[in-house]
Amino acid sequence: MNTARSIAENALRRDSSRLLSGIGLPLSRREALRRCVFGTAGLLLADGWGIHALADTPRAKAKTVIQIWMWGGPSHLDTFDPKPDAGYDYCGPLNKAIATNVDGIQIGELLPLLAKQADKYSILRGMTHGNNGHETASYLVQTGRPSGGRDVYPSVGAVTSLLKGYNSGYTGLIPPYVVLSEAQGRFSEAGFLGQRYKPFATGGDPAQTRFVVEGVVSPGISDERQKSRRDLLTKLNTLGAAMKGDASLKALYQSEEQAYDMILGSEGKVFDLSQENSDLRDRYGRNTFGQSCLMARRLVEKGVPYITINYKGWDTHKQHFEIMRRKLPEMDKGLSMLLADLSQRGLLDSTIIWWGGEFGRTPRVQWEAPWNGGRGHHGKVFSSLVAGGGFKGGHVVGASDAKGDEVKERPIYPPDLIASMYELLGIDPNAKLPHPQGLDIRAVPTVGDGVKAAGRLKEIM
Amino acid sequence: MFAHRVKSFVWQMKESSIWLLVLASVAFCSTSNAIQSPFESSAGLEPKTKIDELVFANLEKLQLEPSNLCSDAVFLRRAFLDVIGTLPTSQEANAFLRNRNPQKRSLLIDQLLEREEFADFWTMKWSDLLRVKAEFPINLWPNAAQAYHRWIRTSIKENKPYDKFVRELLTSSGSNFRTPQVNFYRALPSRDAQGIAQAVALTFMGARAEKWPREQLAGMGELFSQVGYKSTAEWKEEIIFFEPRGTNSSELSPKFTFPNGVAGSVPAERDPREVFADWLINKNNPWFARSFVNRAWSWFLGRGIVHEPDDLRADNPPSNPALLALLETEFVASHYDIKQFFRLILNSKTYQLSSIPKSDDTRSEIHFAHYPLRRLDAEVLIDALNQITGTTEKYSSSIPEPFTFIPEDQRSISLPDGSISSSFLELFGRPSRDTGLESERDNQITAGQRLHLLNSTHIQQKIEQSGFVRNATQSKGKAREMINEVYLAVLSRYPTEQELNIALDQSGKQKRETAVDLIWALVNSAEFLYRH
Repeated sequence: MNTARSIAENALRRDSSRLLSGIGLPLSRREALRRCVFGTAGLLLADGWGIHALADTPRAKAKTVIQIWMWGGPSHLDTFDPKPDAGYDYCGPLNKAIATNVDGIQIGELLPLLAKQADKYSILRGMTHGNNGHETASYLVQTGRPSGGRDVYPSVGAVTSLLKGYNSGYTGLIPPYVVLSEAQGRFSEAGFLGQRYKPFATGGDPAQTRFVVEGVVSPGISDERQKSRRDLLTKLNTLGAAMKGDASLKALYQSEEQAYDMILGSEGKVFDLSQENSDLRDRYGRNTFGQSCLMARRLVEKGVPYITINYKGWDTHKQHFEIMRRKLPEMDKGLSMLLADLSQRGLLDSTIIWWGGEFGRTPRVQWEAPWNGGRGHHGKVFSSLVAGGGFKGGHVVGASDAKGDEVKERPIYPPDLIASMYELLGIDPNAKLPHPQGLDIRAVPTVGDGVKAAGRLKEIM
Repeated sequence: MFAHRVKSFVWQMKESSIWLLVLASVAFCSTSNAIQSPFESSAGLEPKTKIDELVFANLEKLQLEPSNLCSDAVFLRRAFLDVIGTLPTSQEANAFLRNRNPQKRSLLIDQLLEREEFADFWTMKWSDLLRVKAEFPINLWPNAAQAYHRWIRTSIKENKPYDKFVRELLTSSGSNFRTPQVNFYRALPSRDAQGIAQAVALTFMGARAEKWPREQLAGMGELFSQVGYKSTAEWKEEIIFFEPRGTNSSELSPKFTFPNGVAGSVPAERDPREVFADWLINKNNPWFARSFVNRAWSWFLGRGIVHEPDDLRADNPPSNPALLALLETEFVASHYDIKQFFRLILNSKTYQLSSIPKSDDTRSEIHFAHYPLRRLDAEVLIDALNQITGTTEKYSSSIPEPFTFIPEDQRSISLPDGSISSSFLELFGRPSRDTGLESERDNQITAGQRLHLLNSTHIQQKIEQSGFVRNATQSKGKAREMINEVYLAVLSRYPTEQELNIALDQSGKQKRETAVDLIWALVNSAEFLYRH
């Protein structure tokens, strides 16, 4: 184990200094440390694979993705694909569509603030994959691959953190793939890339007075006590003193140094939302989702390449309309403010916002027991929303039929959306991913891999 | 030990000059006399078992010096963690350290092999390799995962001979709920004949069939071409059965080739899985016993004699062929008795070497000259933290909805289903049970893990809730006793004089803070976080 690691470390050292001397930068200790924060660079470079992805990739328009993951699958009829003429069995009490600031585009009546921002985003009404299981559909939408088969593929976030993280110029101490605040838990986001590419889950709740990010923020422990503890830890390190030079312990000390840079240094302050203007915090909404949106903006400013807001509570089999009335205004406020704030700060052009869940919900309301007014899973057609980072706003791509049951025109399969985002991020769709058994696997699956695809979203790029 | 080693060097250096011999002896004197750390023992290194003879002879040949034997305290902790995935309590540690019986190490091994946690821990290990998980992408469904887990646990508890265990997994038919071992055929990345063959090769032959010539895998795949799957009226029930070929099939009896190249055909009425299983568990099979003993060796010694432990192939030679051959012979001779085999390894001096190497020669680890440092498994680590602090942990599964929450006193090594998890287990590299590869478990430390241990409210609250802290604030007992107790509970040993003084000298802190910070420092020490 130690041997393998020291070989890997040597290879890393060699490769990163070669890389850096190639682009004319000296490799300082701190730089070297940062490049290995959360271990990302190591594996990659040690595989002798590394940097080729950069060579012939398209020019990147986007630097960051904010993925708003609508955990459970949001209703398309009640959000971005309203069908006011479909009748009570489809609309329930939400039978009005409202106009937006773009001629001809209407959205659900509970989203009045987003209606004023429709020029900033485009609605994808032709999303489809036909799968109605949470796990399999979550996997499909976020990896672009059907489930089954021998390998578990990495999600968009894991691939982005691999290809836009430490070996592509990102140097932050904040890991390149952050999830606010709990991991999805439906599947391993990192897939065969291994746990090092899993998102850093912040834990805590940004809507609390203090956003306690597990490990970074420890209420009640002063900096002075932190230092005295660290001193005690060093003094009581009897095993370490007996085996100086051990490679595992070196890795432990290195991770410790990085951890303390976060705890005692300035970078951890990004999570301190009290630094924001109180009025602005109000306008995002003083709830978990609203403050997560604000938090995401702060992470964008730090250059973090991939941020997921894991927005739970959309699996509305029962009490669907009550939940819509409660949650959609919250979503409306947070998301519209995020669009406005990013735009005002000139960050929207380089930040992709991707809103969506694993599927939509059945257009026909299930009035019967035990649902009593719920909506089931619906993978045949659903809506996603994209904004910024090179995506044009003010468009609708694809359409569902009169009742929102099936795709009417321009189907959009998950790989179409993923490939489009990669293009904007400057990720070569043919970039080879490092596979533990050395299989030849590319960032975006193709029809040859047995997936359905109808082409990138050229309409809005 | 000293005499033995010098003698061997004399033998090696017969032809060299006296001067070199003198140098070597002086070098040894200075190291072997200097045992002061709490980690090593000055007991001799005369080979105790055949394993030691082969390992030490190999080291001599390579001119690598083995470490000293580990101390009793290190052995106790190591044996608990390696054999039952559980930290000794302070009472257990105290009792062992005070025990004067010279046979106490082997007595402890015998006791550990009979503990309930032994079954828990090794069921966890096998559940990783067999991918016991409700969803996803393996989709056993929760009650099948539970039933499968129970079947594995019972087998391990009863010490079912390994050949029998494997044959039952490979040849059973029936319902996933009522004949749980059939779930072997459901917990697969791929259900086509070659996909099954590939999983069988990985699991029981320690071989990566994707590296084989295509015909070899295809020939083996024929033996799994008649595995039938059908559902029933019961929700998520599935029957695994032997499906005879239809009369219009061109070949009624499959023509197969065993992975060793021997070809044959199976009579139409015979389940070819049985033909395969009987070939596999034959004592002359070149993969079966070898792959198990190599895996087991890696579980205890941190590295296979063939490395990776599940990558046996002609161009990946063992680091010590004679040792591997010996282990195979012993395992077969014991009639595939797993506990007996573990006992053999655990009683060797090789296993009981200290983790402090005599040189930084990278070959030292490959040839087992010292016990390697390994970060505690995610499950073992959280269980240990809970045991020390007297706290519990929340586990839940999002499959199916509504979510399942597990009673909090559950130990994580006994969680029955890979879909039941916690953010701690995910952060610390619990395997996702997707592939069945040994390497899926990632125990390399990351900055994220380090942050969590050093500074999370999760760990901080556990420490603050612990009995030590309560007692310290209620002024029960003296500081010295508290420190002794904390050392026993966390590191399974008494503090050295120097450590005691450092711990006592936290001037200016409240009693409560002193206790909290001491526990914090010890659970964050390398000595706690690593098996050593």
